[in-house]
Amino acid sequence: MSTSLAPSGAAPRSRQRVGQRFEQYTQIGVTLLLLIIMLVVGRVLYPNFTSGQAIFDLLGKNVFLIPLAVGMTFVILSGGIDLSVGAVMALGSVIAASLLQAGWSAALVVPVVLLAASTLGLVVGIMISRFEIQPFIATLAAMFLARGLCLVITDRSIAIDDGFFQRMNLAHINLWEQETVNLRGRVRVSDVYTTPSVVIAMAVLVVAFVVLHYSRFGRTVYAVGGNEPSALLMGLRVDRTKISVYVISGLCAGIAGLLFAFYTASGDPVVGIGYELNAIAAVVIGGTLLSGGSGYVLGSMLGVLVLATIYAYKEFDGDLNTGWTRVMIGVLVLFFIVLQRLVTTRRRR
Amino acid sequence: MNAAPMKKITGNRLLWPAVVLIALLLANLLWNHSFFDITARDGNLYGAPVDILRRAAPIVLVALGMTLVIATRGIDLSVGAVAAISGSWASMYIISEGGASVGVVLTAVAVALLMALLAGAWNGFLVAVLGIQPIVATLVLMVAGRGLAQVITNEKILYPDNSPAYKLIGGGYLLAVPFSILLAGSIFALTAVLTRKTALGTLIESVGVNPEASRLAGVRARPIIFLAYVFSGLCAGLAGLMLTSNSTSADPNSIGLFIELDAILAVVIGGTSLAGGRFSLAGTLIGAFIIETMDAFVVIAISARSTDVFKACVVIVVCLLQSSRVRAWLLNVLRWGRRPNRPRHEPRPPAAPDPRDSAAVPDAAGASGALPVKVTPSS
Repeated sequence: MSTSLAPSGAAPRSRQRVGQRFEQYTQIGVTLLLLIIMLVVGRVLYPNFTSGQAIFDLLGKNVFLIPLAVGMTFVILSGGIDLSVGAVMALGSVIAASLLQAGWSAALVVPVVLLAASTLGLVVGIMISRFEIQPFIATLAAMFLARGLCLVITDRSIAIDDGFFQRMNLAHINLWEQETVNLRGRVRVSDVYTTPSVVIAMAVLVVAFVVLHYSRFGRTVYAVGGNEPSALLMGLRVDRTKISVYVISGLCAGIAGLLFAFYTASGDPVVGIGYELNAIAAVVIGGTLLSGGSGYVLGSMLGVLVLATIYAYKEFDGDLNTGWTRVMIGVLVLFFIVLQRLVTTRRRR
Repeated sequence: MNAAPMKKITGNRLLWPAVVLIALLLANLLWNHSFFDITARDGNLYGAPVDILRRAAPIVLVALGMTLVIATRGIDLSVGAVAAISGSWASMYIISEGGASVGVVLTAVAVALLMALLAGAWNGFLVAVLGIQPIVATLVLMVAGRGLAQVITNEKILYPDNSPAYKLIGGGYLLAVPFSILLAGSIFALTAVLTRKTALGTLIESVGVNPEASRLAGVRARPIIFLAYVFSGLCAGLAGLMLTSNSTSADPNSIGLFIELDAILAVVIGGTSLAGGRFSLAGTLIGAFIIETMDAFVVIAISARSTDVFKACVVIVVCLLQSSRVRAWLLNVLRWGRRPNRPRHEPRPPAAPDPRDSAAVPDAAGASGALPVKVTPSS
């Protein structure tokens, strides 16, 4: 059995498997359709909603959500959940800011942050796989721990004046020129730009995609999430995979913390409250089964874009109550959960 | 499962939390020698123990509902959001009606509790009727609920401070005792009577231990699960009223923030397994007191800022102690210390890990329980 799971991906596809694939793609298709509809609605309601720069701003303003959702995808695919990502992200930004304040160089701070976040993930992973503590409760403890460590380090936001972080904050990567029409009807030419943070987030996404779909480890993640006893019987390294998944999630949360530090040029102990929910929402909206074993990391990216579009509505329409954005996210999550429920019950028959 | 080892486990389960609570209380006493002093001012009781009880009241309420939900193998993540909804609605209504009259407050409380009830019914519908896994189903309201609370208050922080009648719920006194303690205490007593003096508790446990077996035994699981979520919603709503009334402010972003975590923590510390089944209301009560006593201790002994780190360590230790692997390992270590010559693989006749392993069996059976579910309809 395990040989057919080897990297080549030449597993024979039964008709049922093709059917499953189709259903999974339908879910992603629904997400894509939803995103397009939302963008079109935005375009109709507000001019410039889908101008080139606005699309890149969708990414730029929610860039830290991308690594969080990527890490969460790994965890959820393996059948777990990680409630600590928001707090670990805050911890990452606070560690970075406090070390920089203490005079460390950025070249040292970045690896230290990533290492700290991964270590926390490692501890969580060991608690879950070795000591059989439920993922939900173990990551909950990690969330308290990370949030608590943030507050122990500092109880207020620390500004970052390090050169590298400042550059990452202000740098623009110009892509092409666009013409926009302002309110007076005058045509203005400006550069469409993106930020290095977006490039980093995209790199994380690409790496995650390759790892999940073209590596033995990625296949094991799917196998463990799909049916853990079977994976164990197949001789897969279930324990090691489960630990790795939480290390990845921690690492991704660390990256998100750095991106947040770039974005705001500060480290803030109370930032990211509720971000774990956003990350989970993005993954669910992206079509990943919350019971594990089925889904795509690119879907999670679409999920992030859907959330970003909802936030953009709020930004373009100042009168909109922030509460509605949350209600909208909740409704979308519900919609996709029910959709998943329908798909899985159909598959079981 | 035979009765004797189960009884032993329940004995254990209540023993350790109680020991921890007493240790924490003693630690508080060591640090602050007047810790147990209760003074009466204006005929009302004041003092650190009263404060702890009062602060624990909303957690006790939420944890009470959570215990029943967890006993049915579920979890309710939305309690914080439900507390925010009911707290903000009551505050908003009282402010918009000009406050002071008892009738207004009663209406506000009634409608807020009705909303909480509906929220719970919604969760119950998703879990019991649609069959969505609880952690996911309640996540929806956890995300959207706080949004609704923000919509209710129009993104403002409300201050319902001109209403003494509303203040009574969370911050007032009745018969020299804080009203919130009486309220939480009476609801606790009511729940205890309902679950332990009627068949309800046993039914809930049977649904949690093995849904399939209890179905075959003629227990209708759906109404029971549904009611557990409704009750949890109601408790959360009441807790929301308590929190806003005590602080005389209602910020939809912070009412009951993380209270679901405190409640789950209280339940777990109290010895109710997250895998469902047997639950202990008294354990939950002790768990809630442990959390508040611990907070009080950390605040006076270390610093208010490190409460979260402390709490995290306690969660980790408690969970590790509940893990069967760690227990087996610890017992092994103890036995090795006593009898170093004993061979490792000798069968151990009355060893404690066995009942725990057997307690884990229904869970494993439930996880792979898809098979019997498939088989029975066709037969």
